[in-house]
Amino acid sequence: MWMSELPAFVPFFLAALLALVTRGVLRSLLMLGIVTLSGLHLWLLEPDVQVYLPFLDYELMVYRVDGLSIVFGYVFHIAAFISILFALHVRDTMQHVAGLLYSGSAVGALFAGDLLTLFVFWEMLALTSAFLVWARRTERSYQSGMRYLIIQVMSGVILLAGVLLHAAETGSIAFDFIGIDHLGGWLILLAFGIKAAFPLLHTWLTDAYPEATATGTVFLSAFTTKTAIYALARGYPGTELLIYVGATMACFPIFYAVIQNDLRRVLSYSLINQLGFMVCGIGIGTALAINGAVSHAFVHIIYKSLLFMSMGAVLYRTGRIKATDIGGLYKTMPKTAILCIIGAASISAFPLFSGFVAKSMIMAAAIKEGHSFIWLVLLLASAGVLKHAGIQIPYFAFFAHDSGIRTTEPPKNMLLAMTIAAVLCLAIGIYPKMLYRLLPFAVDFNPYDLTHVLAQTQLLFFAILAFVWLNLQGVYPPEKVAINLDAEWFYRRFLRRVVEHVSGWITQLNKSIRALSLDRVDWLITYLAQRHYPTGKGAVIRPTGNMVLYIAILLAAYLWLLLSFPH
Amino acid sequence: MADKKTYLFDNQRNVQLVLYTLYISCGILLLLDFVIHRHTIHRWEGLLGFYSIYGFIGCTAIVIGSKWLRALVERKEDYYTRDELSQTEEGRHVDE
Repeated sequence: MWMSELPAFVPFFLAALLALVTRGVLRSLLMLGIVTLSGLHLWLLEPDVQVYLPFLDYELMVYRVDGLSIVFGYVFHIAAFISILFALHVRDTMQHVAGLLYSGSAVGALFAGDLLTLFVFWEMLALTSAFLVWARRTERSYQSGMRYLIIQVMSGVILLAGVLLHAAETGSIAFDFIGIDHLGGWLILLAFGIKAAFPLLHTWLTDAYPEATATGTVFLSAFTTKTAIYALARGYPGTELLIYVGATMACFPIFYAVIQNDLRRVLSYSLINQLGFMVCGIGIGTALAINGAVSHAFVHIIYKSLLFMSMGAVLYRTGRIKATDIGGLYKTMPKTAILCIIGAASISAFPLFSGFVAKSMIMAAAIKEGHSFIWLVLLLASAGVLKHAGIQIPYFAFFAHDSGIRTTEPPKNMLLAMTIAAVLCLAIGIYPKMLYRLLPFAVDFNPYDLTHVLAQTQLLFFAILAFVWLNLQGVYPPEKVAINLDAEWFYRRFLRRVVEHVSGWITQLNKSIRALSLDRVDWLITYLAQRHYPTGKGAVIRPTGNMVLYIAILLAAYLWLLLSFPH
Repeated sequence: MADKKTYLFDNQRNVQLVLYTLYISCGILLLLDFVIHRHTIHRWEGLLGFYSIYGFIGCTAIVIGSKWLRALVERKEDYYTRDELSQTEEGRHVDE
């Protein structure tokens, strides 16, 4: 293959550069064309490329394509293509350039063969993606982007510390299995964990993704977290801790998602829930589980962007995204509604949709390895996915109460991007071999046996039944204009209050010290004034004779000293 | 917003149709448990209607749990922003 040694991130950065200096149709063609070519180039590549670059004392492996990274490489290209297509109508050079740089950084991180290269792309991911949040150009998004950037950069700094310790402990910076038997390994896991939205470290995601632009969130939803999932799959497969972390991630966001008002925040929580399944699969660590995690990441990127796109389309057309503000949009956006439902069916893992063929592998792996409790938790989480993403998103946006909003379908490029994603969801769901062929381990798994299909269909239909029943009973929590506290309370409220108190205390201290000093100075001024005023002691005019007397006393003292100490 | 047009689900009969389709599908799915022999791995999987009951109860539990959670964590919409944003832009979202 020609230029097989050309790192896959180079075309993205090139496209970003070209997008900076071109306009209109030319820019659109260049962006889409270059990403397509880069994808084709990767497709034709044999997965055993390694490119080295000497740097100081190290031999950096800046580009490594192998069985695990190439699968993510494919889907990152698909995601980049879809996201760019979805954002074509936007007349904002910053967003286009940031989107391309961001996708390129993700691809770079993916194919990084050593931890230092990974660190560089890790930080670039953080920086470039923040612009997609800021691109909304509101004070709220600016602050949200700042919080996002601080946490992301912190992840990078922890990663660097971990890498240095790891290198000192093991003598290698190669990015292979890392494990948690040394401090460096723990730090790197923490860094990956921040980007993978581990519980309590997840708030950057639910904070910033709903604040980004309608098109920016589509980019965001695809790359950062999945890069982290890839990194976990490479560095920590079979780490038992991850099973429990993953199960927690799959569960707790469900409860939050059900009571969120902002529908893109619902999707953000649901994103964490999906990551939970993948982290769980990585923790189980068998070939089937890793395959499950990888294929789940693959299909997840596509249906999640489809869902974010449909909500982006709603936001773009109506300017609103809160469940209390919208509803009944199926009347004027029927195509968007249908595409959204396809995404919803995929994430809920209905048979014939892409989520089903991936998630059932993780479930099967959990049950085969004897993790019964985890299996039950994941099963509950599956029902929960249906609840918050599968039903809540399409129902509150397109059905539910009629908000009275009458709008139109989004622009053609948006519809086309959503259609491509929807077709992929169905194609992978109906013909899973297409996906299974790409997986890192040989697959002997058939999701479409009667047992699986029946079980999953029963689970989902009865979950829908429960939704309908609860809704008819009026038990279902109504849409409400409110926000919900999460771990971010710690830094947005608690730390803020602490800082306010401490700074208040310092201000007070500063004030009293200044007041005291001023007081002293005042006293001195008064004292000096009193002494030197016409009536003061210092102001007395003394005759010259006085001075002669003083000199005589001084000389006498000198004489006395001289006589007392002759040597 | 004088939109006099009647849309698909403005007609209650269509809504009822969807609901009855759902009820009947659920009934059929439950009955299939008696007919189809399933290859189960876990002991509980083999129970009749396990997935159906788990799906229903699980979902109900999630909703009830969410209501409790809401009672605990719900705050006014400007809980954070009244401190963070300057007065002029309080809570206002501007889109491209």
